[in-house]
Amino acid sequence: MHIPKPLDPAAALKSALPDALADVKEFRGETTLIVNREQITAVAQYVRDTPGLVYNFLSDISAVDYYPESSRPERFGVSYHIYSMLYNRRLRLKVFVPEDDTTVSTVTAVWPAANWLEREIFDMMGITFTGHPDMRRLLMPADWDGHPHRRDYPLGYETIQFSFNIEEILKHKPLAKE
Amino acid sequence: MGVTQKLGNLGVVTTTLDTAINWARNGAMWPLLFGLACCAIEYMSTQASSYDLSRFGMELNRATPRQADLIIVSGRVTRKMAPVVRQLYDQMASPKWVISMGDCASCGGVYNNYAVVQGVDEIIPVDVYVAGCPPRPEQLLHGILTLQEKIYGDTIKDWA
Repeated sequence: MHIPKPLDPAAALKSALPDALADVKEFRGETTLIVNREQITAVAQYVRDTPGLVYNFLSDISAVDYYPESSRPERFGVSYHIYSMLYNRRLRLKVFVPEDDTTVSTVTAVWPAANWLEREIFDMMGITFTGHPDMRRLLMPADWDGHPHRRDYPLGYETIQFSFNIEEILKHKPLAKE
Repeated sequence: MGVTQKLGNLGVVTTTLDTAINWARNGAMWPLLFGLACCAIEYMSTQASSYDLSRFGMELNRATPRQADLIIVSGRVTRKMAPVVRQLYDQMASPKWVISMGDCASCGGVYNNYAVVQGVDEIIPVDVYVAGCPPRPEQLLHGILTLQEKIYGDTIKDWA
């Protein structure tokens, strides 16, 4: 069987979709392509279908909240960790999402595995994936208020009970009735 | 057990109604087949041959709350799970008892955060708390025996 030679994903993308890439980062042998937010579906489709790239496996999608930090372009980052089974190599696509418009278009049409991953990110981070077939919460109850993995979400921390403060805590604790 | 006096040689015993009822409740207290986290592993171990919970009349786990007398909350209760636990408790027929097994069920344990209920006593009334992370089977047995002692203290006047 003839297998085409592997392509450099950054160079291939620059020639095919010239305005899609914002930046390319190399760190310890890992490649990260910073993709413009509007282009992520096109880029995903391209790196999956192009001979020489064939990133046909979506390992994971993760999201980061860089809340107090201002060194990043935007508050949120969404990373797509993808893998090529044919060439045994990995690639990371990353988009930055602004705080006032937390939407990214979905990649479920490219990798169906993205369905639950995007739902989890919506649940935990509050980033909506437009075009997703079933954009509901995945982990938290359906009526939950807020998105817990945001850096400005309260931890829900309670005072730790010891024998010296238990009476004070029990005064305010909502104990169940029969 | 509960026998206060034995009359004649016909095997007739006299006792109080309280003692007889409490003896019956203690001798066949059926727990709900219900486990939430790693404490449930210790709970299974308590029922297995080494510790043998059937010595105390609890060998029969009922998989339906309608036939169970005791619910052992074994593990952390998340806020998503809380309505389910409450519904199971509500479906149990009276009289019913609750043991909160382990630190997580008793006070949240190490999971002091938004997702976990800080003590199952916020949802259902608890009779006995068992400390430990997870409690050893001996500790759970001690909690169960404590509950049985508590039941022996009940009188008809309290619940009639």
